[in-house]
Amino acid sequence: MMQVISEGIGPLIRPPDLNAFREWNRQKPKALIDKRMTEAEAIARFVHDGDYLGTELYGTVRCPMSLVSEVVRQGKKDLLIAGQGVLELDMLLGASLVRELDITYIGLEVYGVSNVLRREVESGRILNCVEWSNAAFALRFKATAMGVPFAPLRSMLGTDTLRYSSAKVVECPFTGEPICLVPALILDVGLIHVHRADKYGNAQIDGITGFAAEMARSCKRLIISAEEIVDTEDFRRRPDRTIIPYYLVDAVVHAPFASHPGEMCYVHKRDEAQIKEWVNASTKPETTQTYLEKYIYSVKNHQEYLEKIGWEHLDTLKVSGDSNGQPCI
Amino acid sequence: MDSPASESYTPTELLICTSARLMTDNTTAFIGTGIPMLAASLAQRMHAPNLVTVFEFGGTGAILDQLPMAVGGESTFHRAISATGICDMMETAQRGFIEYGFIGGAQIDAYGNLNSTVIGDHDHPKVRLPGSGGGNDVGSHCWKTIAIMRQDTRRFLEKIDFITTPGYLTGPGAREAAGLPPGTGPYRVVTNLAVLGFHPETRRMQLLATQPGVTVQEVIDNTAFALTLAETIAINPPPTDEELQLLRKEIDKDRLYI
Repeated sequence: MMQVISEGIGPLIRPPDLNAFREWNRQKPKALIDKRMTEAEAIARFVHDGDYLGTELYGTVRCPMSLVSEVVRQGKKDLLIAGQGVLELDMLLGASLVRELDITYIGLEVYGVSNVLRREVESGRILNCVEWSNAAFALRFKATAMGVPFAPLRSMLGTDTLRYSSAKVVECPFTGEPICLVPALILDVGLIHVHRADKYGNAQIDGITGFAAEMARSCKRLIISAEEIVDTEDFRRRPDRTIIPYYLVDAVVHAPFASHPGEMCYVHKRDEAQIKEWVNASTKPETTQTYLEKYIYSVKNHQEYLEKIGWEHLDTLKVSGDSNGQPCI
Repeated sequence: MDSPASESYTPTELLICTSARLMTDNTTAFIGTGIPMLAASLAQRMHAPNLVTVFEFGGTGAILDQLPMAVGGESTFHRAISATGICDMMETAQRGFIEYGFIGGAQIDAYGNLNSTVIGDHDHPKVRLPGSGGGNDVGSHCWKTIAIMRQDTRRFLEKIDFITTPGYLTGPGAREAAGLPPGTGPYRVVTNLAVLGFHPETRRMQLLATQPGVTVQEVIDNTAFALTLAETIAINPPPTDEELQLLRKEIDKDRLYI
């Protein structure tokens, strides 16, 4: 029997039930259904108060901002969040919609700590911060994707990151050495922005894929937004490029510039001025609310948001093609 | 180093140049946000054109002629060898392929343990910081970890509030006992005042070199734990004109970092 040497004191926010997940996956429709809808419909149908929510990639890069903004607009509350994020999680935190966090990194990268994370955690409004490393975090999704309840890893060992997680250290039954086990993480809902999708939910991503493949396979419900909607024939011609197959997906939202003010590789650059506007606004509760009012609550949908930012400005952010200027498909 | 700078430089520029000089050609280096990105870009232009940069969300071997603002941004896989995902990068480190890991933190102790999670108590923190991110993994798996930080008595502490990323933990043998891969651990700490290493037996931080114009006493005064001194303490050469010109005119011409 494998001996548990030590374990984290952090609560296991969502104990994994892989048998139930198998049953769930079995009943997900495999038929080719047109899943195109608006952000408003997708969030209303598939995100509920108290859900465990995850986003990918993160913050300022290929980030599902139009979907997150709709979650804020509809005020879905008491969310449990898988916390690898920058701006997208800042929006949810700024709107005080988060109850518990499995956290690896929430910050503003070059702009430092997240002001809204600080306020939500330091005030005690967030009940738990369960700590993880990035590898642990990705591996928790990978375990779910593998269909197993945990996976082994050689980081977190010996640290407070492990102590405040819900990982366990066991004696490896093969080597006798201590090894860290992290529990599978099954999300209620995942939000992922991709370069292109078809109406059924098949999806391609250009450039790095972050943890999209793993997270997409760890969600009970998956909403994707896409820069462009293409014909299914594009997928059948290049099946090696499909990172998310349609049967994982519940909703497909056509959303150009959905990662704004973050970047979308080979499509558009990040909008530094807009990012700075949030960084500055988020320093105080009142200005945080002003920002959310201006760019989310007072705006009907993503289209209106883009109009508010201005197409002339957005055009200046566009790039064409990959590192060699070649088209991606 | 040839031709020392005739003009002055900022502490950030000094940190970048000192870190860049530690980056070796034809080696792999895990690059974190901020100063490591600029240092890697400078090293590629100066002495390490085939410094194989590794970014945690999937970029390997990027040519850093565009300055990254994010560890997942397009610049991190610009003209790279491969663009994969986080699992591949972390697994590559775990398999022993990554020589150097460049990271930062809010606090560091004598054994090189780093805190980037909380100031104060974890459950009721005075300041909630971003958390581990890839820091813990870099500090666990890379053969040689290099921390880049400002040095003062609030940051260099005998006991830090939270061990986010493992250094030598409680001392000799502690990493191995915890199950971390043997032969790994903190290698250097680069600060605005000094370059520090770790004593091979005690595993405590020791002063190897002072930055230009800084005395040994100043380094000691800005460290809240008892600092070991190496037998001979070198003096780092200042940034050269060439390094500063590259930084200011090419690498960060919009002055986003420096």
